[in-house]
Amino acid sequence: MKTFKLGGVHPEENKISAGKAIEVLPLPAKVCIPVSQSLGAPSKVVVEKGAMVKTGQIIAKGESFISSNVHSSVAGKVTKIDDVIDTSGYKRQAVFIDVEGDEWEEGIDRSPEIIYDIVSDRDTIIRKINEMGVVGLGGATFPSHVKLMVPDGKKAEYLLINGVECEPYLTSDHRLMLERGEEMVIGVKILMKALGVGKAFIGIEKNKQDAIVHLNVICSKHPGVEVVPLKVKYPQGGEKQLIKAVLNREVPSGKLPIEVGCVVNNVGTALAVYEAVQKNKPLIDRVVTVTGKSVAKPSNLLVRIGTPVSALVEFAGGLPEDAGKVISGGPMMGKALTSMDVPVVKGTSGILIMQGAESKRAAALNCIRCGRCITACPMGLEPVLLAQLSENQLFERAEKERIMDCIECGSCHFTCPAGRPLLDYLRLGKNKTGILIRNRGKK
Amino acid sequence: MNLLTVSGSPHVHTHQSVKSIMYGVVIALIPAIFVSLYFFGIDAARVIFISVAACLFFEWVIQKYLIKGPVTINDGSALVTGVLLAFNVPSNLPWWILVIGALVSIGIGKMSFGGLGKNPFNPALVGRVFLLISFPVQMTSWPLPKGLFGTGLTDAITGPTTLGVLKEGLSAGKTVQEIMASPDFPGYINDLMGAQGGSLGEISAIALLLGAVYMLSRKIITWHIPTAYIGSAVIFSGILWLVDPSHYIDPAMHLLAGGMILGVFYMATDMVSSPMTARGQIVFGIGAGLLTIMIRVWGAYPEGVSFAILIMNAFTPLINNAFKPKRFGEVVKNG
Repeated sequence: MKTFKLGGVHPEENKISAGKAIEVLPLPAKVCIPVSQSLGAPSKVVVEKGAMVKTGQIIAKGESFISSNVHSSVAGKVTKIDDVIDTSGYKRQAVFIDVEGDEWEEGIDRSPEIIYDIVSDRDTIIRKINEMGVVGLGGATFPSHVKLMVPDGKKAEYLLINGVECEPYLTSDHRLMLERGEEMVIGVKILMKALGVGKAFIGIEKNKQDAIVHLNVICSKHPGVEVVPLKVKYPQGGEKQLIKAVLNREVPSGKLPIEVGCVVNNVGTALAVYEAVQKNKPLIDRVVTVTGKSVAKPSNLLVRIGTPVSALVEFAGGLPEDAGKVISGGPMMGKALTSMDVPVVKGTSGILIMQGAESKRAAALNCIRCGRCITACPMGLEPVLLAQLSENQLFERAEKERIMDCIECGSCHFTCPAGRPLLDYLRLGKNKTGILIRNRGKK
Repeated sequence: MNLLTVSGSPHVHTHQSVKSIMYGVVIALIPAIFVSLYFFGIDAARVIFISVAACLFFEWVIQKYLIKGPVTINDGSALVTGVLLAFNVPSNLPWWILVIGALVSIGIGKMSFGGLGKNPFNPALVGRVFLLISFPVQMTSWPLPKGLFGTGLTDAITGPTTLGVLKEGLSAGKTVQEIMASPDFPGYINDLMGAQGGSLGEISAIALLLGAVYMLSRKIITWHIPTAYIGSAVIFSGILWLVDPSHYIDPAMHLLAGGMILGVFYMATDMVSSPMTARGQIVFGIGAGLLTIMIRVWGAYPEGVSFAILIMNAFTPLINNAFKPKRFGEVVKNG
């Protein structure tokens, strides 16, 4: 069975909600939609306070190359435009809407009928993906249309679809593959057409055997799309690791996947592409897993963007007595929330509620130089050394030791028997080293 | 409602801790403890008890009254040092020499550098080598077990180790074959099972290997150092043996006699004083294997494991610098 070779760890999978079918979360009374929901420049708000908006109506426009449109996920009245702390922990501008009914923007096809024929040409596909605000739903939220515009001199050979879902607990991609597989694969064909590639691989870890079987059946009708079962290993969902696992190609340090002829997209993104291109539907909802060992009703929910996290938790049986930490995302890379009012955004794949006992970090002990962090690092770095260099502010050396290659997967901290917060130091070091590199460029 | 915790990712952690690693090593040493009790009786228990108690005591005193910091004698590392120090001395060693050994191991070998994780050398070996140089007579008068199924204690009879017999015989002009043919020579089976003179924990290769399998299966140690160490020792001693079998002992005897198995699996693999990368560990193992055989064959001492490991400990920082892990995306390989 294929996997990536270097490093990696195997945390407990805890896919509690894997058997739970996707349910539609009832419309919330209010939503709060941050206007920068993708990597790149913030988008510009194009509605005013007091305006009535329809579901799917554009409310913020991406104006630079790397930025993305944002649409209203509900129908109702804009009550204010103000800053909000989103899941990233930073303040961002957001549009607050009181929900009134659910009238959709015209032109959006809401019928359940699946449209198989891809009539749009390459330029139309890319334009639609851009207009509909589709971004990478794996977590990085990179605007999808940008990935499809291959730079001059580079050539895409393969499209890789990320159905790995290597984060413990999360099952939203798993359910999506099982329940929306047909549409998702059409999305893959659309992406292939836009990229002009003849071959796409869907990488799925073998703990999702039912999804592998299901998609194999679907793919047999779509020549050129192939399911690749992968051994369970974290962080296989990292795009460099996925490319290595599926094609045995190594993206050079500091370069993008296109360097080795690959473009990687998440399964959720492929579905969003299908909806954008075939159904004219902007990205206004997504599947979110709500889970945790003490959660009464672990669920996979189809949620409108901007819904407060508290509404999801309420639907799943409320915040458990012993809740100690609420995380947006999985336990390896997710962010601990500072408030239950933060809105679901395009990059929110799950809400994980941890028990009190497991929420607190153990006290860090002396490093015993066991080297387990080095063995675990999927990028072949020395986290112990990089953490030391960061602690001592030796960023020039940290750069030489390739701190910028760190993908922040957390395998080092996960595996450390002394419980040292290695990734905290590495994040700090990356940040400072990045500033150093940018300042050097200015001179 | 309780306040929620906010911290950086990752939010889950491995179950392995410093404590579980250290106590895992102690569990792995249990078979060898039983073998030492079988062959050396109550003396073995006495030595292990004194050594462990003294190591824990000195760590406690130093942390509480000299450093005035947190006391970490529960983490198991002083316990491991205590057992390993006991394993590296004869079973008839006077108690006060043992206590000095424990003080040197913990005080100089470990705490003077800043405690667990900071010591460049394996603390138990620092103590052992200090005792070997300071008390050469007491440290090399080995009680001899009376063969595999011998009965009773052998407190009166002392003699050299297997390697000692060989070294003495060779320097007296005998050939290896003549020495090994003598009725006093323990032979392969006795060396494997533990019926040989020697430090109390090193005598039984089989008990030590049992513990090693346990440590490998629980991922307390990795295969890199042991494989490289044994591999280089076997290849190097094998070449010498092939060239002149009458003057050089065969690789199997090198492995079974003396402290090779104890050193390879329990002391060379000490994570604090060995390199951190797989490549570095292999270099470390090869170096230790070569040095062990060189000291045994050409050195003044019959045994070279302790010195070899300590010398390689000194090279560890250099090895860590020179042998970096293979970086992802360093070499572009396509297809």
